Amino acid sequence: MKRVYPNREYCIGCHLCELACITAHSESGDLIIAYTQEREAAGLSPCKKIFQKGSECVAISCRHCDDPSCVAACISGALHKDPETGETVYDRGKCVGCWSCLMACPYGAIRRHPVESKIVKCDLCRGREEGPACVQACPNQALKYEDRDE
Amino acid sequence: MKYVLIGNGVATIGAIEGIRKHDRQGRIVAIGSEASAPYGRPLISYLLAGKISPDQLALRPDEFYRKSDVELRLGTTVSAIDCAARTVTTSTGEKIDYDRLLVSTGGKPFTPPIRGADGPDVYNFTNLDHAQTMISLAKDIQKAVVVGGGLIGLKAAESLFDRGVEVSILELSPRILSLAFDANAARLAARRLDEVGLSVHCGVTAQHIDRDAAGRVRGVKCTDGTYIPTEIVVIAIGVVPNTDLAEAAGLRVDRGIVVDDLMRTSDENVFAAGDVAQAKDLLHDENRVVPIWTNAYSQGYCAGKNMASRATPYIGGLAMNSISFYGLPTISVGTVNPPEGEEGYDVEASLDERKQTYRKLVFHDNRLVGYVLVGDIDQAGLYTSFIKFQLNLTPEMRQSLSQGHPDVLLWPDRFFDDTWNPNWVDKD
Ligand SMILES: Cc1cc2nc3c(=O)[nH]c(=O)nc-3n(C[C@H](O)[C@H](O)[C@H](O)COP(=O)(O)OP(=O)(O)OC[C@H]3O[C@@H](n4cnc5c(N)ncnc54)[C@H](O)[C@@H]3O)c2cc1C
Ligand code: SF4
Ligand code: SF4
Repeated sequence: MKRVYPNREYCIGCHLCELACITAHSESGDLIIAYTQEREAAGLSPCKKIFQKGSECVAISCRHCDDPSCVAACISGALHKDPETGETVYDRGKCVGCWSCLMACPYGAIRRHPVESKIVKCDLCRGREEGPACVQACPNQALKYEDRDE
Repeated sequence: MKYVLIGNGVATIGAIEGIRKHDRQGRIVAIGSEASAPYGRPLISYLLAGKISPDQLALRPDEFYRKSDVELRLGTTVSAIDCAARTVTTSTGEKIDYDRLLVSTGGKPFTPPIRGADGPDVYNFTNLDHAQTMISLAKDIQKAVVVGGGLIGLKAAESLFDRGVEVSILELSPRILSLAFDANAARLAARRLDEVGLSVHCGVTAQHIDRDAAGRVRGVKCTDGTYIPTEIVVIAIGVVPNTDLAEAAGLRVDRGIVVDDLMRTSDENVFAAGDVAQAKDLLHDENRVVPIWTNAYSQGYCAGKNMASRATPYIGGLAMNSISFYGLPTISVGTVNPPEGEEGYDVEASLDERKQTYRKLVFHDNRLVGYVLVGDIDQAGLYTSFIKFQLNLTPEMRQSLSQGHPDVLLWPDRFFDDTWNPNWVDKD
């Protein structure tokens, strides 16, 4: 399956992927409104996390693992693996906000939603024609969306 | 190939998903005593608290069983396994044959001998029936005593309290959650419960359940001499492996059903997983029973792959718990209390009583082996990575962890690239 692969050698920590992510997941679909209003009012948060250590940066998000720890941990069935697409799918309606997945995912790819008892996790911009917004927004080609399965 | 799975808990779900990853053809029959399709057992406390409705309990949608081609046998108890003939017999006398069998019969509530415990008004809290019984009871009762201040006891107490019942919790240890927590974390959690209005009594347990002339419960006499008037008693101390079926079948049982690295029991066609199994542990050299959700799924998943003849060693379970107390989230993973008198352990802790936050990291030799987070839990997963991947820590890594900054860029470069960016090719 196609996944988003980050490269720590190219990433410059500009956070544009985060902005593209919240825009893609916003109600308005507009960067300015998403950033200035929806973030505050609705707790809109990016699925990406950016790490920086010295001059090195990287922007990570859910790896859609083959054997995902989050699915093993989920007590409600809100997280499951789609056997057809291979995606690790999140069903927001089922989630009870127990944070088991956040504890179990050893990739730090799950965030608590800031206002609701729900999680925020990458959905590969499901339904977005151009594919993941973060990859498209990266000015330095530090993110690639490719099928690298053997 | 015909697979028979006994239990229908989360270990069974794991097994179905593990089998179907490698075998789309074989027949799967999943048999469980309970009347409902596999559900999120921990969700029964959410149901009792009124936070979710019964239609939110199912662990997988109905079409999952159709798509995975699983014959679900609900409300059916297996009464015997014949390993030589490779059959199981149900309580109605039906015989079902198998090529590979999974025993995932879970745990059964542990009930210590308490005088007066036999009879009406004394309950357990481990399945949907129990939750439904308590939902109908909660309307008519004012008071409840919960025996057990571990995970299940506190969950039962909190949910009854949310239904308007006045609840007292009795815990024999000096603190609640003694298995998963240390003293600081337990104190913060206990304070939160206390603020809300649940009364927690540590260092005591029920000595005698007092009944009136009609045999109905009217109070609990505690080991410290106090008497707590109550209408019901909920015994929620924990579960012990439900090994009866396996023992009768002659499978090797210690504390739980003993399995090898492939989740195989002493019979080569029989596997075991979940709360009933005594399996490999990531941090300890011996097999252990660690009755938690994640392990049950992972063991089932691993067993499933092996049952489908895809040899996959179990990496070993890791104890982990995530529980919130009225908005105060807590997470504990791995070894949180270094065994007394053992060398090589080192603890770093930081406690902020005012903010109600706590972070404790436990190191052993050169590695992180456990942690507790209270309040600020957002970094949990990355702490887990250092334990799970058993990364050796440099002084720099250790310092970052201790300061509350676990970071993927602290991982060794090779490991980082293999994980996040394998086979990168520059195309332009
Ligand atoms: C209230 C509560 C809250 C919990 N919360 C958490 C939590 O937050 N996090 C966590 O990690 N863990 C939690 N746990 C523990 C977790 O639910 C268990 O670890 C997990 O359910 C174990 O799964 P299992 O598949 O091994 O067995 P079980 O879920 O116990 O399922 C076993 C099933 O087998 C059936 N069965 C038994 N014998 C037979 C037979 N002979 N024939 C047919 N069927 C049979 C039983 O009826 C049962 O339905 C909680 C438990 C309870 C009770
Ligand atoms: S949330 Fe974590 S464990 Fe789950 S698929 Fe994504 S990266 Fe893997
Ligand atoms: S927080 Fe939601 S998605 Fe995560 S384990 Fe709990 S119920 Fe599942």
